[in-house]
Amino acid sequence: MHATLNHYLVVSVLLFSLGLFGVLARRNLLVIYMGLELMLNAANLALVAFSRYNANLNGQVMVFFTITVAAAEVSVGLALIVALYRKRQTAHVEDLTSLKL
Amino acid sequence: MELVVTNAVASVGPAYSSRPEDIGWFILALPLFASLAIALFLHRNRTLTLFFSVGGVVAAFLLSWVLFFTFGVTGLKAVPSPFPWFHAGGLNVNLGLAVDGLSTVMLLVVTGVSALVQFYSTAYMRDDRGFARFFASLSFFTFSMLGIVLSDNLVMMFVFWELVGFSSYLLIGFWFEREAAADAAKKAFLTNRLGDFGFLLGIILVWSLTGNVQFDELAAKLKADPNALGVWSSVVGLLIFCGAMGKSAQFPLHVWLPDAMEGPTPVSALIHAATMVAAGVYLLCRAFFLFQATTAWPAALAFLGSISALDIIAVIGGGTALLAALIAIQQNDIKRILAYSTLSQLGYMVMAVGVGGPDAAMYHLTTHAGFKALLFLGAGSVIHACHHEQDIWKMGGLGRKLPVTFRTFVIGTAALAGFPLFTSGFYSKDAILVASVRHGHPILFGLGVLIASMTTFYMVRLVIVAFLGRSRSSSAEHAHESPIQMTWPLVVLAIPSIGLAWLPLGQYLTEHFFGSRVAVEEGGLFGPFNHAPLAATFGTGAIIFGAWAAIATYWNAESDPLPRSLAFWSRVLRNRFYFDEIYEALFIPIQDGLAAVCGWVDRWVMSGLLVRGVHGTTELAGRALRMVQTGNLQTYTFLFVGGVALIILIAL
Repeated sequence: MHATLNHYLVVSVLLFSLGLFGVLARRNLLVIYMGLELMLNAANLALVAFSRYNANLNGQVMVFFTITVAAAEVSVGLALIVALYRKRQTAHVEDLTSLKL
Repeated sequence: MELVVTNAVASVGPAYSSRPEDIGWFILALPLFASLAIALFLHRNRTLTLFFSVGGVVAAFLLSWVLFFTFGVTGLKAVPSPFPWFHAGGLNVNLGLAVDGLSTVMLLVVTGVSALVQFYSTAYMRDDRGFARFFASLSFFTFSMLGIVLSDNLVMMFVFWELVGFSSYLLIGFWFEREAAADAAKKAFLTNRLGDFGFLLGIILVWSLTGNVQFDELAAKLKADPNALGVWSSVVGLLIFCGAMGKSAQFPLHVWLPDAMEGPTPVSALIHAATMVAAGVYLLCRAFFLFQATTAWPAALAFLGSISALDIIAVIGGGTALLAALIAIQQNDIKRILAYSTLSQLGYMVMAVGVGGPDAAMYHLTTHAGFKALLFLGAGSVIHACHHEQDIWKMGGLGRKLPVTFRTFVIGTAALAGFPLFTSGFYSKDAILVASVRHGHPILFGLGVLIASMTTFYMVRLVIVAFLGRSRSSSAEHAHESPIQMTWPLVVLAIPSIGLAWLPLGQYLTEHFFGSRVAVEEGGLFGPFNHAPLAATFGTGAIIFGAWAAIATYWNAESDPLPRSLAFWSRVLRNRFYFDEIYEALFIPIQDGLAAVCGWVDRWVMSGLLVRGVHGTTELAGRALRMVQTGNLQTYTFLFVGGVALIILIAL
C-alpha cells in the first residue's frame, strides 16, 4: 500500500487530538507541556507532508524554524515550571488560579 | 445655517485711524479691567483693590466728560466704528458704540454715581470680609451698565442687559449667608428673566420684520417708512417695553425691587436707585423711534383699535407710580421707603415716555440719579450711625447728631419732592407734567400732580420721624456722624441736586430728541412759570399740600397715627397690597407643579432610565462575564479551543 497525503494528515490529526486531550485533561503541568509539544509536532508533520506532496520546499523551511523556536521555547518553559515549583511547591494547575479576579 | 465669527481686530484693516469716539472703548474697558484684575490677582490686597476699582471708574468718569464735550454738547455725530462680531444666516451683528447726546449724558450719570458710591463704600464696607469681592462686583456692574449705555444695536444691548442682571444678582446676594438676601437675589434675577424674555422676543420680531438690529439704521428705516413694521408695530413696542418693565421694575414685575434692598446700602444707591433700574427708561428713550411707528395691531388684538403701545406704557408707568407712592406712605423701614419712592419715580419716567416725552423722562432720570443716590447714601450713613437700625420709629432726633447727613438728606428730600426754583427735581418733574399736558393726557397730568403730593408727604414724614423730635431708642441716642469718606460723597451729590437746576439740561435733551422741530423752551429759574404756568402752579401746590399734611400728621408724633385713622387701608398699604402673597397663591402652585413634573422626568426618566439604565446594564454584563474568569488554565484552554473550532466552523 502506497502512503498518500491523507495518511500523513490522519496521523497528524491523531497526534494533535492526543496532545489537545493531554492539555485539557491532565493536571500536571509537565504532562500538559508534553501535550503541547505533541500538538506542535503534529503541525510540523502536516507541514512537511504538504511540502512533500506539493513539491514545494517552503513548508520544510518553515518546519526548521519551528523546531528551532520550539527548542528555545522548551528551555524557557521548563525553566518557568521549575521556578514555579520552587515557589509554590506544586505543579498542579488546580492550585495555580491566582489569575482570577 | 452658516455661522462665521470674524476676527474683530484683523478686519479693521489699514483704513483704521484713531478717532475721538474711540475713547468710548476705553471707558468700557477700564471697569472690566479693574474687576478682572481684582477678582483674579488682587483680592488679598485691600489698597491695590481700592486703587484699581476707584481709579478705573474715576478715569472712566473723566473720559466721559471728554466725550460729552466732543459729541454731546456740540451735537456732532460720531462715526460708527463697528467691529463685525458674527453673522448667522441673515443676521449681522456688530460691536459698535453709539456716542451721541443721549449716551454721553447717561455715561456721566453712571460713572459719576459709580465713583461716589465706590468712595463711600471704602468706609461702609471697611470691616466686611468680602471687601475685594464687593469692589470686583461693583466694577463689573459698572462695566455692564456702560455696555448698555454705549451699545449701538439691540443684540449687543441685550448681552449687556443680561450681564447687568447677573451683577445685580451678585450684589443683592452679597451677604449670601443671610437667607433673605439669597432669596431676594434669586427673586430679582427670576423676575428680570420674565421681562427679558419679552425683550428677546421683541428683538427677534424687529429683526424678522426689518432684517436689522442697528439703532441708527432702524431709525432711518422707520423714518422713511413708518409702516415698515406692518401690523406688528405696536406689539414690537410692547415686547421691547417688557425688557424695561423687568429692569425698571414696572407693575406687574415691580416686586423684586423692594426686596433688593437686602443688598449693602451702597449697592442700593448705585444699582437699585440711580443706574440699573434707569436702564429700562434708557432703553425706552434709545428705542423711542420704534414707538413712533404707526399704531397697528394684528387681527387677534384688533379690539385695541387706536390705543397705541405708548398709551399702554403711559398707563402702566402712571399706575406703578401711584401704587408705589401709596405703599411708601405706610412703610417704616428707611430703605424700603426709598425703594418704593424709587419705584414711584421710575413709574413717573415711564409715564413720561408714554405720553411722548422721552426728553422729560431722561431729564428726570438724570436728576433722580443724583438725588436718589444721595438719599440712599444718606440712609446708609444713618443706618451705619445707628448700628444697623432701619426702623424710622426707632430713630428720631438724628438731625443734631448727624449734621452733615441731615442737611444733605434734607436737600435730597427737597429735590425728590420737587421744591420749586432751587432743586433739580422741580424742573424735571415739571417737564414731565408739561409733556403730559402738551400731548393731551389730562388724566395722567392729574395723576402726576397727585403723586407729586404723595411723594412730598412720605419724604417729609421720613425726615420728621427720623431726624427731628426726640430719640426713641438707645442706638439713636448714641449715634454719631459717619466718617469723612461717607459724608463727602453726600456733599458732592447734594451739588447736582441743586445745581442741575441752573444748567440747561432740559433744553439740551429736548434738542437731542426733537431737533429743531420743537421750539426750545426758555430756560432760567422762572422758566416753568412763564411757559407752562398751569403745570408749574399745580406742581408747587401739590408740594405745599403734601408737606403741610405730613407736618400736621407727624410733628412730634411718638407713633404713626395713620394705622388708627385709616385702619383697613393702612394694613393693606403696609402689606404692599399683598402682591407677594397674591403672586405666591397664583404662581407658586403652577410653578411647583411644573417643577414637580420636571423633577419626576429628571429623576425617573433621565437619571433613572437613561443614566442608571446604561450604567446598570454595563455592570450586570460585567458581573456575568466575571463568572467566566475561573483562573483555571484548562478552562481557558477549553474555551479557547471551543472558540477556534467555532470560527473554523463558521469560516468553512
